Amino acid sequence: MSSGKGGELIPSSSELDLDRPNIEDYLPSGSSIQEPLGKLRLCDLLDISPTLTEAAGAIVDDSFTRCFKSNPPEPWNWNVYLFPLWCCGVVIRYLILFPVRVIVLTVGWIIFLSCFIPVHLLLKGHDKLQKNMERALVELICSFFVASWTGVINYHGPRPSMRPKQVFVANHTSMIDFIILEQMSSFAVIMQKHPGWVGLLQSTILESVGCIWFNRTEAKDRETVTKKLREHSQGVDNNPLLIFPEGTCVNNQYSVMFKKGAFELGCTICPIAIKYNKIFVDAFWNSRKQSFTMHLLQLMTSWAVVCDVWYLEPQNLRPDETPIEFAERVRDIISVRAGLKKVPWDGYLKYSRPSPKHRERKQQSFAESVLRRLEEN
Amino acid sequence: MGNSSSMLTQYDIEEVQEYCQNLFSQQEIVSLYQRFCQLDRNAKGFISADEFLSVPEFAMNPLSQMVDGLNFKDFVAFLSAFSAKASVQQKVKLIFKVYDSDGNGKVSFNDMLEVLRDLSGSFISDVQREQVLTQLLKEAGYSKDSYLTLDDFNKIFGISELKMEVEVPVD
Repeated sequence: MSSGKGGELIPSSSELDLDRPNIEDYLPSGSSIQEPLGKLRLCDLLDISPTLTEAAGAIVDDSFTRCFKSNPPEPWNWNVYLFPLWCCGVVIRYLILFPVRVIVLTVGWIIFLSCFIPVHLLLKGHDKLQKNMERALVELICSFFVASWTGVINYHGPRPSMRPKQVFVANHTSMIDFIILEQMSSFAVIMQKHPGWVGLLQSTILESVGCIWFNRTEAKDRETVTKKLREHSQGVDNNPLLIFPEGTCVNNQYSVMFKKGAFELGCTICPIAIKYNKIFVDAFWNSRKQSFTMHLLQLMTSWAVVCDVWYLEPQNLRPDETPIEFAERVRDIISVRAGLKKVPWDGYLKYSRPSPKHRERKQQSFAESVLRRLEEN
Repeated sequence: MGNSSSMLTQYDIEEVQEYCQNLFSQQEIVSLYQRFCQLDRNAKGFISADEFLSVPEFAMNPLSQMVDGLNFKDFVAFLSAFSAKASVQQKVKLIFKVYDSDGNGKVSFNDMLEVLRDLSGSFISDVQREQVLTQLLKEAGYSKDSYLTLDDFNKIFGISELKMEVEVPVD
């Protein structure tokens, strides 16, 4: 994407997918402009009601905003018997569970740092051993994190194996997705570079598992990142890559369109579906509303984080498929498994406007219908 | 309606209902308020044009440039034309308002051309647009220099059926 004068993103036409699936197929107002026959009259030309209706429909409710709505569990403490129970619950969660969890996490960090720093500094020469130890330590600290939220995670399917030319993709709900998956087996992840303590973690510890950084707002970044992805996936000794093709956190009830980058690397794609149980906590990280620290604190003061992780059957690009069709097929597999509804929007529309191509398509169909009816005059 | 409160009082609901001529039920107004608060990011009491355009489905619409900052009352008034209870006259009134961009009660040839330009883009040439509009105006008994009023619009649309309905989701 190229940057405009004010730093806003202007999608270039090569960027925005001339071969994307047709959004009109998914949108409710598919038959918006009916095909009335007969002579064109003044009222037909001036009748903007179909377009206005579509506009009003989008204002009243739209599938894109629904993807990013936090859905906290229904409050159940609304009567005189349940309220004291709920209060007890709050006391237990904040005054008993939370301190215990903080202690567990602190202990975990102490153990981790006291092993990681020596390993990192002293084993500089012994690459293989260093890598293995660092991987094991990262898995350890992730387990501590998961324990600090009382994570109850059901893993289904065969544990990921470390083979070259293999890339894992998953749906994205929060940054804890990475922690949950990393606990089981070591992945190299590609992430947006964050500020603050998260950024510090990214540049020190996560480097050791082989992570790749990108910056959404940087124009040239896309090419360098694609190159790095390709190099990493070809390497034999690297951790398998974990990619979240949605590009942004979605609320675990919908899935937005997958970016094709991961599907063009010529590797086998192993889909992973993650579904959080909302009864215990809404794990969606609404990065506009909460910082990651607040999000973690919210998790640590809930009862538990319960989720299901499914490792699904590896997929390959079929000979007659484009990478975009491949991405859609994998998105289908993951959405079906995790019970997510698919929407035809690009997650990055959170940060930018849709391509003018869509408006042009509507203009074209209007123009064609006017001209066609003129011929009949 | 307080700027920062996200709760409507019964008085507020009734006031808004009156403002939109009872075209929405109280439940629908509550639903619309939730939606309004969702779109109004920093609870300033109105939705800016930019915030409207951040809804991709709306930004794709050829007429999306027409909407400007709306407070809640105007938001509901705008959407009331799409209620199932709205009469054809009320729908025509909204259409007239869209054409009459300067709000002087008269729609000129240029006003109509502008809307047509938004709707058809570069797929009809300017010359052709003028031709078509002039021809159809003549056939309806107007000239290129006529200024159309709301009554004229009512006459033009009088006989046609306007399908302009949007349902407000009420949970």
